[in-house]
Amino acid sequence: MSIDSMFVHKMWDDNELSKMVDGGVPFPMLSDAGGKVGKIFGVFDETAGVEARGRFLIDPDGVIQGFEVLTPPVGRNVSETIRQIQAFQLIRETKGAEATPSGWKPGKKTLKPGPELVGNVWKEWNTSMAFD
Amino acid sequence: MAEEAEVGCARPTGGPVGEEQVETQEQQQVQPREERSMVMVGQKAPDFVAPGYQKGKFVNVKLSDYLGKWVVLCFYPGDFTFV
Repeated sequence: MSIDSMFVHKMWDDNELSKMVDGGVPFPMLSDAGGKVGKIFGVFDETAGVEARGRFLIDPDGVIQGFEVLTPPVGRNVSETIRQIQAFQLIRETKGAEATPSGWKPGKKTLKPGPELVGNVWKEWNTSMAFD
Repeated sequence: MAEEAEVGCARPTGGPVGEEQVETQEQQQVQPREERSMVMVGQKAPDFVAPGYQKGKFVNVKLSDYLGKWVVLCFYPGDFTFV
């Protein structure tokens, strides 16, 4: 979503993005002229009149589980976005019985919060696990 | 004469030329400063509808139509910005 019109979105997709993604962008490219939506999400820059690089993860109940906002020159990390969704999906499946420690990705160990774990995370997890 | 401008990833914008208008005290009282708000994690995303473009068609999208699915909502400064 940006402040550009849907006509400009079409031109961008036709002339550039479709050369990078087969068949063009598959998801809706939304138009937020005036920044009304960006304003309620807190990413509309009133001075510049444009939106920051904000990314929101919204769960199946419509609840915001996470967001990240960057200034224009730094691009996003899509793998990290996908990893976060996988983590939130696991939490949802286990109804909160499991938690994903720093550096978790699918296949890595989760933690099971409870009285026995208090003060004992060091037995289950070490700092090297925070990294790939 | 037009000057060549440097192009970055921020979408360039312009504005009126000249002295900035100084708000009188009266105007300030009439228009209380707008509070900047940010959504919170763990809270419902505000619902919205927006026009858009998808695979050759112009569409209208309502966020609440996606209840039951995971949604990644991305904002960006503008089409053709580089990153």
